[in-house]
Amino acid sequence: MSLFTPDLGLLFWMVIIFGLLFFILAKWGFPLITSMVDKRSAAIDKSLQEAKEVEERMGAMTAEHERMLAETRKEQSVLLKEASETRKAIIEQSRAEAREEAEKILAEARVRIAAEKESALRDIRREVAMLSVGVAEKILRKDLSEEETEADYLAALVDEAARQEPGKTLN
Amino acid sequence: MKRWILILAGLLAGISLFAHGEEGDVRIADVIFEHVGDAYEWHIVTWKDHPVAIHLPVIVRSRTSGWHVFSSKRLEHGAVYEGFSIAPDDPYEGKVVETVDGERVRPLDISITKNVLSLMMSAVLLAVIVLLTARWYRRHDALEEAPKGLAAAVEPLVMMVHNMAKENIGEDYRRYSPFLCTAFFFILLNNFMGIIPFFPGGANLTGNIAVTMVLALCTFFTVNLFGTKHYYKDIFWPDVPGFLKPIMPVIEVFSALVKPISLTIRLFANMLAGHIMILCIVCIIFAMAKYGPAMTGSMTFVSVLFGLFLDLLECLVAFIQAYVFTMLSSIYIGLSRAKE
Repeated sequence: MSLFTPDLGLLFWMVIIFGLLFFILAKWGFPLITSMVDKRSAAIDKSLQEAKEVEERMGAMTAEHERMLAETRKEQSVLLKEASETRKAIIEQSRAEAREEAEKILAEARVRIAAEKESALRDIRREVAMLSVGVAEKILRKDLSEEETEADYLAALVDEAARQEPGKTLN
Repeated sequence: MKRWILILAGLLAGISLFAHGEEGDVRIADVIFEHVGDAYEWHIVTWKDHPVAIHLPVIVRSRTSGWHVFSSKRLEHGAVYEGFSIAPDDPYEGKVVETVDGERVRPLDISITKNVLSLMMSAVLLAVIVLLTARWYRRHDALEEAPKGLAAAVEPLVMMVHNMAKENIGEDYRRYSPFLCTAFFFILLNNFMGIIPFFPGGANLTGNIAVTMVLALCTFFTVNLFGTKHYYKDIFWPDVPGFLKPIMPVIEVFSALVKPISLTIRLFANMLAGHIMILCIVCIIFAMAKYGPAMTGSMTFVSVLFGLFLDLLECLVAFIQAYVFTMLSSIYIGLSRAKE
């Protein structure tokens, strides 16, 4: 059966044509295609790698950023706390100062009041002394023989002395 | 859907009646073997009882009278030209023979037969396809653009074979990848050309043992001419117990010789079987012609359904066989490149 015996003519042509085809395709066909595709896949691999690296770097940067933000926030809260403490301290201090000042003023006022009182008392004493001296003068001037009128007369004198101006009585 | 199937069946019954009128009684085995075999002319169609065919050149060298080149038209219908004729029966049935002293002698025959013409056409087609693809890569920057058109279609297949070579061969796969690619595309293209039933296709090239034998021998020589030291050591002095040492080389040499034979037969038998199956299914229509229209119509319907199924199956087989041949070749080459 000719189907199962290789025909010499076809073998001959097959060797020539397939050999030629292989030569042509191996020289100008397949290596060019495969090398270009390999190059392309290498480029794709590289850019994927780069993208991954960039992503990693971005991740690191984000973490850094967040860390910085947290730090800043912490610092901010510390500052705020410090500020409020300072404020409290200042208020406290000024309050204390005010109290001290007030006390000082009060003390001064007390001293002055005391001095005023003293001088008033002194004035009164002097007045009383003047009045006494006036009364004595008047008594001396009047006849003090009648014993029964003596008391009324003394009272009248004291009234008169009291009605008189203290400035004028000073002479 | 059902109505369409009925209409189709009716149409097919009509066609089958036409077939009955034209072909009459046919010897199915002859038809089938004529289609899967080789011929000195390429019969395209029979138009009004006149065959339309391409008459191919016969190139023969007689032992006595040297080279002869003439058209196969001169040998039609058993004609004798310059002492040559086509043998009507065995031992050289269908081949050009020379009658010397009343005895048939087979001359050296390198005629451009149907298969050779088909081989030339598909080789040119394949070269054009691959070179056009290569041209795309030469003209475009592959790093900037994705391949388009033909390049986009061919590239995945090339890379499939290339990566197969990479996996199976290892380190110096680049040396072997062009051979594997050529073999793969050659087989794939010719398998598909064989499935196409009309002129540029239809030749049963990869179902011809001479063609598959050359392909398998290419693999054989690639494997055995570029084998490493380790590969030959494994064949002739393998690491086995002493009493096996004389037996192993025999087995290994036998196995090395059987590999190309198995490659040859696998591809050849698969493609031939596919062709014969489809032809058988188609021939049912003609075989049923004498049993009347009802029988013919229904059988035509069945045969078209089966034919469609087998054609689709053959498309799958065409790819699988190309893939298997290439993969086994790459594995054999990989074994011959063994390091340790």
